[in-house]
Amino acid sequence: MFLSETTSMDPQFLLVPLVVFLPLLGILVNWLFGKRLGEKAIGAIASLAAGGTFVVSLLLLLALRMQPEGFRVPLLQWFSVGGLDVSWSFRVDTLSVVMMLVVSLVGTLIHIYAIGYMHEDVRHQGDPARFRRFFIFLNLFIAAMMILVSADNFLMLFVGWEGVGLCSYLLIGFWFEKGEGGIANAKAGKKAFIVNRIGDFGLLIAIFLIFWAFGSLNFGDIFPNVGQVAASQPGLMVAITLFMLLGVSGKSAQIPLYVWLPDAMAGPTPVSALIHAATMVTAGVYLMTRSQALYLAAPAAQNVVMWLGAVTAIFAALIAVAQFDIKKVLAYSTISQLGFMVAAVGMGAEVAAMFHLVTHAFFKALLFLSSGSVILGLEHGITAGAQSEGMHGHAAHVDPQDMRNMGGLRKKMPTTFWVYVIGALTLAGIAPLAGFFSKDEILAAANEKNIYVFVLLVSAAFLTAFYMGRQIWMVFFGKARSEAANLARESAPLVTVPLIILAILSVIGGGLNFPGVMSLEHWLGPSIQVHEATFALPVAIGSLLVALTAIVLSWLIYGRKPLAESTTQDPLARSLGGVFSLLNQKFKVDEMYQAVIIRPFEKLSDFFAHPVDQGFIDGIANGLGSLVVALAQSLRKLQNGYVRSYALSIVAGIVIILIYLLVRV
Amino acid sequence: MTFIGILFYAFLAIIAIASAVAMLLNRSAIYSALFLVLNFATIAVLYLALGAPFIAFTQVTVYAGAIMILFLFVIALLGAEKLPGYEPLKGHRTTAIVLALIFVVEVILFLVFRNQGIQPILALTQDFASPQQIGITMFTQYLLPFEVVAFILLSATIGAIVLTRVEKPTNLDVARGKK
Amino acid sequence: MPTSYFLALSAIMFTLGILGVLLRRNALVIFMSLELMFNAANLAFVTFANQYQLLTGQIFVFFIMAVAAAEVAVGLALMVAIFRNKGSVDIDQMNSLKG
Repeated sequence: MFLSETTSMDPQFLLVPLVVFLPLLGILVNWLFGKRLGEKAIGAIASLAAGGTFVVSLLLLLALRMQPEGFRVPLLQWFSVGGLDVSWSFRVDTLSVVMMLVVSLVGTLIHIYAIGYMHEDVRHQGDPARFRRFFIFLNLFIAAMMILVSADNFLMLFVGWEGVGLCSYLLIGFWFEKGEGGIANAKAGKKAFIVNRIGDFGLLIAIFLIFWAFGSLNFGDIFPNVGQVAASQPGLMVAITLFMLLGVSGKSAQIPLYVWLPDAMAGPTPVSALIHAATMVTAGVYLMTRSQALYLAAPAAQNVVMWLGAVTAIFAALIAVAQFDIKKVLAYSTISQLGFMVAAVGMGAEVAAMFHLVTHAFFKALLFLSSGSVILGLEHGITAGAQSEGMHGHAAHVDPQDMRNMGGLRKKMPTTFWVYVIGALTLAGIAPLAGFFSKDEILAAANEKNIYVFVLLVSAAFLTAFYMGRQIWMVFFGKARSEAANLARESAPLVTVPLIILAILSVIGGGLNFPGVMSLEHWLGPSIQVHEATFALPVAIGSLLVALTAIVLSWLIYGRKPLAESTTQDPLARSLGGVFSLLNQKFKVDEMYQAVIIRPFEKLSDFFAHPVDQGFIDGIANGLGSLVVALAQSLRKLQNGYVRSYALSIVAGIVIILIYLLVRV
Repeated sequence: MTFIGILFYAFLAIIAIASAVAMLLNRSAIYSALFLVLNFATIAVLYLALGAPFIAFTQVTVYAGAIMILFLFVIALLGAEKLPGYEPLKGHRTTAIVLALIFVVEVILFLVFRNQGIQPILALTQDFASPQQIGITMFTQYLLPFEVVAFILLSATIGAIVLTRVEKPTNLDVARGKK
Repeated sequence: MPTSYFLALSAIMFTLGILGVLLRRNALVIFMSLELMFNAANLAFVTFANQYQLLTGQIFVFFIMAVAAAEVAVGLALMVAIFRNKGSVDIDQMNSLKG
């Protein structure tokens, strides 16, 4: 991977800083003039900023087609201290452009979707003035993500990493005063930030170790020299990669730091789509792909990565089977799919991982946005029901996100239904939709690498198809199980048109790396080391059969005899009993963390806050004050107003001086 | 260093110290003043022994003659004869006596250890400290301090008059109703 | 006789003056003790004038006497003024600077 510095650079490459500065410009305009411009204008400005980013990324793509080796575009020097020289430069190569395209394309579609969605949502939550803030945060997120993917050194990547973490906190806790007990959304945001922090700590240690080993943080200085550093200090490579894996498991929601992602569903649906499905969580996969050279030098770490991904995939898929909230199912599905990608990186099949990243961006965003459309429909049904029934309607609070309250929405919301089915089938891996090809490539690589990992991944694929089928039957088929579902209606075109575009992308996305043509593989060749993938027909046929079996099974359980009422027990619960409730409770991982880690930590904080800080340190500070006061009180006695005692002090002084003069040598 | 000399000196010293102590301890202010006069007279004799006749006479005239008379006038004017003997400040007496003892011991130690060849007093010629000599020295070498002292005396005179003046109320103060 | 005898006498008189200033409460007696201290200093001056055969010491005594006279005049005038305000010459009663 050699970045050409000598041949002349196509001036189109100089456009790359715009990918960061266009969203920042959008923020500035919305911040200064947003209040006066109105909702439509705010949304338009934000979407134009994101769209502009997409156009710039396309131009970079075209420029790269001529010169695929890529370029560095330095912008400014940040600081230079000691041996460390960090500058903000942009790296335009095939890998980063792929990420830029995905982020900007999906980002733009989600911005457009969010105009319609947030218009309804701010009214449902009761604060229309917050519309502008949402789009400012969304643009900030795009800017931070662009910094991350276009960075040329680890420190700028970390800046973007932290930036997207901040934006996820801001956007998850967007309705910070709402949620259970008035604080649940804020707590979810806090949880996301803190869990990500733990991962960031690992990444930071890895960056420190990288600087220690290589003396620089620039990609161009590090990756070509991995060989010689690894030869001298192999253990260091393993340490770097494992700490980096800690960071990745925080951001890309692997075990043990995945717990923030399901809670993050507290944010509005466009947030879930953008951040958690399409872009932010994939930052970890991008990081590992970018640092491929480091991982290739530490085979032990690669194994760890592979197993971690596979175990996470099946773990999350199991939990998703027993969830009732429509977004939580998708959240655990995201964790599971991320497990696939991480496992693929661990196997050395980075191309497969990037391919799955791209297709996953399309269909997961589609699924999240469609679920948002479903939720909008139910919310509309709730308000319509409340208006028609007056006081009586407020008596029972219906959760618009609980699948048990849905049903029969196929007739009420046809567009949403069709795009959702397309998304679900893609996720399940049905040919010839995009998900089939990308997932299949991963499974083929697993088959070659390690049979146990292959089994785990195939089981996860089976469960994926099963719970998606379950979701479709529960939400769209059968009869409406609540008044709200009865009164639901299709969403505005501003909401459905991006859905249709995403659906089309999910269908044709497989062409990105169609077996035989393998365009993505050749495209990524100049940037990373490519492992030649072979299309194994038996694996493909096998995984297709597994998926179809799972869908048929789900139909047998949920489709043939749909749930009658919203309170009917899930048929799987009846048969599996305790196992089902364990899955429903997410294997009680959150509770375990709470008991083992959080409560002792809170006790420790309490100890430091009260006896140590208030008692001891404040005691010292206050004690000093009291000491001074006491000193002053005692010194005050000197001034008693009696001339004779003043004279006495003078005489005492004279005596002392005389003693000094007497003994002076 | 004849025996008569020492006896003479001892006699005078004892009188000086005794009169000083008596001045300190006496309850009545008038008696203290009178003892101080005695002390001054004794010191004047000692000046004579040290060969300073002019100073001795000046001492008697100015100190014992003028200053002490002034004191006696004021004591009589203020009627400040007897005062209660208790001591309001705690430990003041003890501390004062201790410090004074230390002081005197220190000075004696100075005299003992830091002496640089103190010789006995010499017999001086008669005109060593005669008025002529003093006059010549004062008006040639020490003319400036002499003039300055003149000013000091002038300001003291004015000050004494001003400080003891009784304020008569002006027309403005009467108009404002002041006393 | 050695000069140090005179100096010792001067020291003792000075100390007695200090004691007088510290121990007596009558302001006039305090002034008188101050005069005693002046005299002790004068004695020392004259002693040294004798020892070093210089007239300077005696001139100094002259000036000290003049200044002491001026000081007594002003000081007693002050005492009179204070007596008019406070009604007594007890120095312990002049403690308005107590803080």
